[in-house]
Amino acid sequence: MKTFQGKTLSWQVVEGAIELTLDHAPCNEIGLAVLAELEQFVGVLPKLRDEAHALIISSARTEGFCAGGDLRELFHLSQELPAAERLPGLRDFIERIHAVMNAFDEAPFTTIAAVNGLTFGGGFELALTCDLIIADKMARFCFPELRLGLIPGFGGIPRLKRDLGNALVRDLVLTGRSINATRAQSAGVVSQVTAEGDVLRVARQTAAQLKKFDRGTALAAKRFIKPIPYDELRREVEIFCDLFMRPAVEKGLRKFVESKEALPYLP
Amino acid sequence: MSSLQSTTDEVLQLAAEHFKVPREQLTADDDFFKKLGINSLQALDLLTRIEHHFKIELPDYELQGVSDFRTLAERIQLRL
Repeated sequence: MKTFQGKTLSWQVVEGAIELTLDHAPCNEIGLAVLAELEQFVGVLPKLRDEAHALIISSARTEGFCAGGDLRELFHLSQELPAAERLPGLRDFIERIHAVMNAFDEAPFTTIAAVNGLTFGGGFELALTCDLIIADKMARFCFPELRLGLIPGFGGIPRLKRDLGNALVRDLVLTGRSINATRAQSAGVVSQVTAEGDVLRVARQTAAQLKKFDRGTALAAKRFIKPIPYDELRREVEIFCDLFMRPAVEKGLRKFVESKEALPYLP
Repeated sequence: MSSLQSTTDEVLQLAAEHFKVPREQLTADDDFFKKLGINSLQALDLLTRIEHHFKIELPDYELQGVSDFRTLAERIQLRL
């Protein structure tokens, strides 16, 4: 299978690069529907290793790459469950997300996040699984989770720590503020900044360059440069689940869900 | 360093161009959410354009409660 058209995403192999396009209104929020199709996609990845040398993840949404986890869905699903089943239900969801994120991180070829607009929370975490993040100059990055009484739970902290100086990790996580693409590039988290609307062209050009090199050598280099922080990722699951069960989170989520604002977690 | 007046003028010009509102219809005391008809997502877009234009970094929490162009320009001025 070289193409797939799902309800929330699609992918195709174009000149040896897999192009995974997220397209789920309003801004590719990761809930059960997106997660199921991402799982389907990562399940196919091993079969594509002989056909592809790169993976580009991008968004068809002009609003952004991905606004993060679908908090409204998470809140409502959590409320529907009996109290005793909430933690196991949450843990199952988080474990599935981590399995998908790890699969992207471990992908046997070079991965590129071609990001535009909002790249928040789980969207930022998805981008951080990639070997390269290429950002439209209008992209913004943010971990707003603390505003909800949570920490990033999709693998964001260990992967951001892996990629950044710790001062900016603390700044982003503890203040919840957003940064633009130029700032993200100066911090070392974005490797190239493109003109507005030009991110996919540049990503494709980069993917074409990657094709010139021996895949085995590229994979060896990637595994040497970018080790996966499995132990910290496990610790993150525990901390996130512990925090999620606290009353402050339910209060924060309720406020979020009931807000009419486009981005109610912003100040 | 630019004066507050020139910073305000530049912000008004930037907002007018991007949100396609005639410049002469915007004044420093206008509520930009109402006057431009934008939501917080679009305000974030304006913030990104401001950061690029003035070559500054303006944390979004510094704009908490800011809704008029003059105060926005004052916050920018502090970062120039």
